[in-house]
Amino acid sequence: MKDYEIVVGLEVHAELNTESKIFCDCKNAFGLEVNTQVCPVCMGMPGTLPTLNEKVVEYAIKMGHALNCNINRICKQDRKNYFYPDLPKAYQISQADVPLCENGKLEFMVDGEIKTVGITRIHIEEDAGKLLHDDSFAGSLVDMNRCGVPLIEIVSEPDIRSSAEAKAYLETIKSILQYIGISDCKMQEGSIRCDVNVSVREKGTSEFGTRSEMKNVNSFSAAVRGIEYEAKRQIELIEAGEKVIQETRRWDDAKGMSFSMRSKEDAQDYRYFPEPDLLTIVVDEEKISEIKNSIPELPNAKIKRYVTDFKLTQIDATLIAEDMEKSALFDACNTLNICKPKNISNWILADISKFVNETGKNISETKLTPELLCAIIEKIEKNVISNSAGKTVFMEIIENGGNIDEIIEKRGLAQNSDTDFIENLVKEVFANNEKSINDYKNGKTNALGYLVGQCMKASKGKANPGIVKETVTKMLEAE
Amino acid sequence: MRLYEKTASELSEMLNNKECSAEELCKDVLDRINETENKVGAYVSVSHESALENAQKIDTARQRGEKLHPLAGIPIGIKDNISTKGIRTTCSSKMLENYVPPFNATVINKINNAGMTILGKMNMDEFAMGSSTETSYMHLTRNPHNTDCVPGGSSGGSAAAVSAGEAIVTLGSDTGGSIRQPAALCGVVGLKPTYGSVSRYGLIAFASSLDQIGPMGKSVRDVAMLQSVICGHDKYDATSKAIEYPDYASNLKENAKGLKIGIPKEYFGSGIDDEVKDSVMKAIKEFELNGAEIKEITLPSTEYAINTYYIIASAEASSNLARFDGVKYGYRAENYSGLTDMYEKTRSEGFGDEVKRRIMLGTFVLSSGYFDAYYKKAIRIQNRISSEFSSAFEECDIIATPTVPASAFKIGENINDPVKMYYNDVCTVTANIAGLPAISLPCGMDSKNMPMGLQLIGNKFAEQTLLNSAYTYEKICGGFDALSKAL
Repeated sequence: MKDYEIVVGLEVHAELNTESKIFCDCKNAFGLEVNTQVCPVCMGMPGTLPTLNEKVVEYAIKMGHALNCNINRICKQDRKNYFYPDLPKAYQISQADVPLCENGKLEFMVDGEIKTVGITRIHIEEDAGKLLHDDSFAGSLVDMNRCGVPLIEIVSEPDIRSSAEAKAYLETIKSILQYIGISDCKMQEGSIRCDVNVSVREKGTSEFGTRSEMKNVNSFSAAVRGIEYEAKRQIELIEAGEKVIQETRRWDDAKGMSFSMRSKEDAQDYRYFPEPDLLTIVVDEEKISEIKNSIPELPNAKIKRYVTDFKLTQIDATLIAEDMEKSALFDACNTLNICKPKNISNWILADISKFVNETGKNISETKLTPELLCAIIEKIEKNVISNSAGKTVFMEIIENGGNIDEIIEKRGLAQNSDTDFIENLVKEVFANNEKSINDYKNGKTNALGYLVGQCMKASKGKANPGIVKETVTKMLEAE
Repeated sequence: MRLYEKTASELSEMLNNKECSAEELCKDVLDRINETENKVGAYVSVSHESALENAQKIDTARQRGEKLHPLAGIPIGIKDNISTKGIRTTCSSKMLENYVPPFNATVINKINNAGMTILGKMNMDEFAMGSSTETSYMHLTRNPHNTDCVPGGSSGGSAAAVSAGEAIVTLGSDTGGSIRQPAALCGVVGLKPTYGSVSRYGLIAFASSLDQIGPMGKSVRDVAMLQSVICGHDKYDATSKAIEYPDYASNLKENAKGLKIGIPKEYFGSGIDDEVKDSVMKAIKEFELNGAEIKEITLPSTEYAINTYYIIASAEASSNLARFDGVKYGYRAENYSGLTDMYEKTRSEGFGDEVKRRIMLGTFVLSSGYFDAYYKKAIRIQNRISSEFSSAFEECDIIATPTVPASAFKIGENINDPVKMYYNDVCTVTANIAGLPAISLPCGMDSKNMPMGLQLIGNKFAEQTLLNSAYTYEKICGGFDALSKAL
């Protein structure tokens, strides 16, 4: 078999978290009772007209800046015409030939290497409603709450070369959306969706192969599976001497397969034309730079800073920087300048991540503050409590909050470094473990660890493990 | 003399002086509707009860000494493509035969705030597509001057009602001449305002970039008064313009002296009936005798206007009317299998031939491969027509032309010849293409004893100059005899 290369381009749709919808005053909210967040405008009643929510333009420009795009200060909106029951006007207001943002690029890390993907365009548009099906009803029902929810569509150049790159691209896009605060990025609520364009070609060729566009890709892991499946399918076709046809396919994640929806010949003619009900969008230069200045430090810059200033590994730096809450906590802890950055990083990536994953809570929803976290780490660093006692304090704090000293006191977690106490402890353990002492004398050095463990157990974890080990070693030598 | 025969400004004074009550006035017009509607057919629906209720409310308010709008209690008819909350709004289509809007158009809120009495909804060509009101799914409307003739269209009901005395004033909508052409054929005054001066919110769209709601009445003052009620910026219409709008009626004054009137030779070509040309030229001569300066001008792209108009208007219509798909409201076919079949049957059965013709034309010109050749080219000509008008207005204040090539034609005469029917709009479409205000004024009767129309076109947002010029002509004529004597 020849050596093939995968070529992927991604179209990411992100719902913006503006207060109101794009063309009317209705609330932009998810999960409310069907057909309650609607008005004549977003329901497309005859005679209604759209009026543009300027926040949408602002949010899209923010993303344009974050992805290094040129901002088209003057642009227009167009109608994309097609019939579907979830589209009450039978056209979607979108942008055709002049998008708000164009010609950007995104850099991100894949396997320790910097990858650059070109951003073709970012445009604004409205979302459609949702069809609902119910066993109690033979037909389809339409929920129009989502009609008019503002979207941006981010179209990449076909610069992606593997499913891993696609995943890293999507994760970076997601973290940027969160950083600049323009989307809730809740995959399960459909606030980010993507269409995946896949083609394959022989390695070393410069021409692109025929691509297929895959719809219904609802998670990043589905994108990975879809790309791998689709590339394999195309390679098998080529190897069998057949041709890949340009078509739209639907990804079925449960079956792990894609299915043909329509070929290029059957592609819909959307009959785009300028939306006559809306004025040309004109954004002041001043406004554009004002928006640019409002963009916070983005993940890429953070990763660089974490590696350079705090000596974190690239992987740890990425894991923290990609998550806005984790990086906010990390930054806040370091500002306090109480404990070592590496220790903070370890706590965030181990215990805090575990808690977040298990409970599904955000850090901000817990009682943990940067001050409390640093106080716990400080107690460990200063040998006031052991690492395992620290975990106990942490669980108490993150769940219920409170005063760290009181928790240590109440639970008797303070470490005991008193030499008399520890010597008595060791003597007691030695008296009950003569076999281990003999083993040690006969050269079985792992008996040392066992004896230290027994001492710790006897002290109920309170003895300072360093001093215990020192004392055990000294007394074994003396036996 | 009965109350329905009077103008809104006369009635306004009578109401104010308590020479008649709003209820008496409303009843008199409702009686007139009863007497003549079977001959005219101007209405799709008449709201007797709510009309009388409003009249009584206005009378009570007046008795209490409340300050009222000059048009409070004046009966008005509304074209049936303007949304009225709780009142059926059909666009004279089977598609919307039973559609009751859940909200009011902005102009209706303004009419209600002024305390005007809404009589009902006026018949029209289906979805405002037509020049004779014959494409209405509801019924024919007849020209009150000769009931064998069409009233024009698409605002045929609105024009016929004013001429028949079945309403004191009415609202129409004008996309390519739909106010001015029927106004001319029925011998009344009709204003198509500057694009962006009257909110389109609630007007069921035909061609969004061309549509404009406007007033119709028996006199220039009536039209000016009503225009002041309906104009103004609306935050629900992004294309409505936020500027100061003058009180047109109180600023009305004769302006013949020094008025520069442009006469574009392209509007007096071979397609225009000689009688119409003569009467328009006579009107222009009257202006000149009263001190106006007449200038021959040229608008060379006029010959492309009809084609340009039908491309742009149909393109937008094909998109605007796509929402009538049987899913949410309006007509839905009874027997269908599956979604596509439901769409096809609903739209095949719900729309009339003219509407389907324009949807097909519009779909074609927007299709990939044809977009550049038709739609894009039409937009380029639109820009050229606009700039030719701009240059013209550098040397004149208003432009005078015929409104329509000939007086009203017989019912059924043109209905099977769409191109001939479209030619009716030859003098009026340019004002829509360029977004300019234009008014049609009665300028005499032809040899068939049918009214002819003089069109005056003004510069953007120069309604005051336009209305003053119209007022001047009305004075020269000694007032218009807008009410038909034929009924």
